[in-house]
Amino acid sequence: MSNPAADTLAGNSVLVSLRHISKTYKKGKEPVPVLTDINLDINRGDFVALMGPSGSGKTTLLNLLGGLDSPTSGELMIAGQRIDQFSSGQLTKWRAHNVGFIFQFYNLMPVLTAEKNVELPLLLTNLSSKERKAHVAAALDLVGLSGRANHYPRELSGGQEQRVAIARALVSDPNLLLCDEPTGDLDRATADEILALMQELNEHQHKTIIMVTHDPRAADHARRTLHLDKGELIK
Amino acid sequence: MKYFYFIFKNLTRKKIRTTLTVLSIMIAFLLFGLLRSLSVAFDGGARFAGEDRLVSINKVTLIQPLPFSYLNKVKSLPGVDKVTMSNWFGGYYQDRKNQFPQFPIDAAEFFDIYQDTLALPPEQFAAWKADRQGAVIGKALAEKFNWKVGDRVPLIGLFPKKDGSTNWDFVIDGIFTGKTESAQTNVMYFHYDYFDKSRQFGEGTIGWMIIKVKDPKESAKVAAAIDALFENSAAETKTDSEKEFSKSFAKQFGDIGLITTLILSAVFFTMLLVAGNTMAQSFRERIPEFAILKTLGFSDLTVMVMVLAEAMLICAFGGLLGLALAKLVLTANASRIAATFPGLDMSLTIIVTGVLWMLLLGLITGFIPALQGLRLNIINALRRN
Repeated sequence: MSNPAADTLAGNSVLVSLRHISKTYKKGKEPVPVLTDINLDINRGDFVALMGPSGSGKTTLLNLLGGLDSPTSGELMIAGQRIDQFSSGQLTKWRAHNVGFIFQFYNLMPVLTAEKNVELPLLLTNLSSKERKAHVAAALDLVGLSGRANHYPRELSGGQEQRVAIARALVSDPNLLLCDEPTGDLDRATADEILALMQELNEHQHKTIIMVTHDPRAADHARRTLHLDKGELIK
Repeated sequence: MKYFYFIFKNLTRKKIRTTLTVLSIMIAFLLFGLLRSLSVAFDGGARFAGEDRLVSINKVTLIQPLPFSYLNKVKSLPGVDKVTMSNWFGGYYQDRKNQFPQFPIDAAEFFDIYQDTLALPPEQFAAWKADRQGAVIGKALAEKFNWKVGDRVPLIGLFPKKDGSTNWDFVIDGIFTGKTESAQTNVMYFHYDYFDKSRQFGEGTIGWMIIKVKDPKESAKVAAAIDALFENSAAETKTDSEKEFSKSFAKQFGDIGLITTLILSAVFFTMLLVAGNTMAQSFRERIPEFAILKTLGFSDLTVMVMVLAEAMLICAFGGLLGLALAKLVLTANASRIAATFPGLDMSLTIIVTGVLWMLLLGLITGFIPALQGLRLNIINALRRN
């Protein structure tokens, strides 16, 4: 399927393109604007930190980029696809193949071992059990947790849990990694380790990363930092 | 199948809660297995009743007798192949609690009509026919009292003899077996002539007639002809298929089918609430986890099916354990209860019905959480985290 806009984006190495994106929620009958006229391009291989005070719209923007929510208006193109025009079902399939999510509280399944947690996104693919195992082993190796494959989340430290979450986000080889305060629940040293890992993924694995953070030291690990305030991007 | 491991692991999350839920479902299906088997066994007479046999009783009540002379009149009706009779005896052995069915019959006619159901060795049959006080007993009865051929068995009868005594002596001349699994072998048969000539009153009367029709399709017509024949007489008849007769006979002891249905309805309704509450609680606790699954790309439908599968798995596990336990109880006590309930066993029909109930229970209890899973909004659910 040929898409001129997509070809242009690919040619320019632009992975994410937002044009006049606005998002308004309704509180009762009152419309509450959360994002207003956002225009933004993010290139492949970029590492972007998204900062701003609470309520500035960072998480909402991350949700839009991750296909968890749809904009009220504007064009949102990722890897050549207008995801703002996708149905809920299309977004679900798109997320499975294009985005990896990393959360502040790791959000691992407590009943599954690290290995099985990482395998979860691969259950949605046609890979055989053997192939899935190989992918999982590679992802755990990448985050330095090969020796903890059979441990349950309760048997891991916070930093190790977040590494498992990163492995889970990476295992399906997505275009984009979206991180919502990935070090918000970690001590400084562990946070630095996680940020170093993310930096390595960006530099050596060429992963495009967008990270929401309150922490300026975390943002320092990114290639560039964007600031949001009251739903608007500050230049 | 690749989701099975995850679904199974979720069930092990709260082991005590899952175990208690499984146990309560197990008890419900244990009761289901036992009571349904009991109900079917109680109705056993009706199950093995032949389609080509009719039973004619006094229209007023089964207790009222019919004249012996009716037999010949019925025999001459078109469509009738064979006719015989029987009577209630109501005796017991030594103690009132040792009650079992005994019937005076015409040996040749009766065993001819029931040749598809009962099997008696020819030499024993010949010996019995030659012995006025002789009786034959079923295998289950023989095992229960450890009676053998040649044993003399005194019974206390309902009917007094001409000398005023109610002591009836019999000699066991044969032990018959059932040709079908549910054939009644907890019974004693003895000669009508001995009974009729010895009793103090009621001579020349019978309890009921058993009619074998030439063509089972003509049963209704023959039954109507019999009743028409004795209409407006002193002893009008009510003729039904043997199946109907057995059912109404069993109902004298209470409508076991209805009683078991009522008990099981109460049990299953309670189970619906217990299991439903467990499923709902389990779902509520994991809302953020389901949101994560959806974030990872699991579709709404997949999440719904996973929730439903959990409910069905827990019901199936508990239910199958219950049915297995019921089967074990029935098998372990088979010999002890065979005399009272011949053929008491869990049939394939009961097992299949049980499995369908498990699936239905799983569907109903899992339906609301599954629907919530389907509709779960990721953003709202993650905010709860």
